[in-house]
Amino acid sequence: MFEAIAFYLFAFLTIVMFYITVTTSQALYALTALAAGMIFISAFFFILGADFLGAVQIVVYSGAVMALYAFGMMFFDTTREVKEKQGNKYIVVGLSALSAILVVAIFAAPMVSENITAIYPVVDGIGNTQAVGMVLFTKYLVPFEVAAIMLLVAMIAGIVLAGKKMDRSLTTMEEDEIKTLREKNIKVHS
Amino acid sequence: MMQIGLNHYLVLSTILFSIGLIGVMRRKNLLMLFFATEILLNSVNISFAAISHYYGDLTGQMFAFFVIAIAASEVAVGLGLLIVWHKKHNNIDLDFMSTMRG
Repeated sequence: MFEAIAFYLFAFLTIVMFYITVTTSQALYALTALAAGMIFISAFFFILGADFLGAVQIVVYSGAVMALYAFGMMFFDTTREVKEKQGNKYIVVGLSALSAILVVAIFAAPMVSENITAIYPVVDGIGNTQAVGMVLFTKYLVPFEVAAIMLLVAMIAGIVLAGKKMDRSLTTMEEDEIKTLREKNIKVHS
Repeated sequence: MMQIGLNHYLVLSTILFSIGLIGVMRRKNLLMLFFATEILLNSVNISFAAISHYYGDLTGQMFAFFVIAIAASEVAVGLGLLIVWHKKHNNIDLDFMSTMRG
């Protein structure tokens, strides 16, 4: 009973939030709606008994990813409305067809997978976090390490790409210093 | 209706995936495109967790973790590239970057 109420409530909220994200023309509205949708999605994980996944969802998405987007948006002019030209009807038709095919495939999938058995079944008597740790550090140890290396590579790539010429800043410079830089036509960031 | 089964979660995941797909197809702003990509990855995560719960198998949750890791690194690299592009050309319009010449 409560599970059903929670499911329908959070399903409605998530769909509304993501719809706002997709349709709004203001980047800031899209960001906040996306952050809210991420938190509502973590509620599904808690309903499904995947406690650790729900906590990771909140920490990683609402914490790290949204903070990263917020910092990234400081580089862009977010007060300006996003100009977008519309009006391709073929895209709408194609999208509708694709969504319909997706629905059919998802409803057909359980018929194909009638005789699925669990490879790593949930062990009784221990919590979700403990079970996840046991499977992650035994069966999925190599993908886990590869994911760690991938995150390291992504971090270095982000620093190298975004951090170029970050040592030069308008706020820490003197007036005449800025003037000489302008004369030499060197770009500076506020 | 009151008993929530696997199909409920799969339908919800489909709806969210369609919303994300619409976002990917019709937005012309690259930042909005990244937001739509996050929606796509999250909708898949929901169905992973639901299948993991209803089949009593932890593999779905493992894959959801790796999807989250991939999403985090995608954001880091994509946002870095976006900032570089914005510094260089002062806009983030998709139509503007139709050619690969730096």
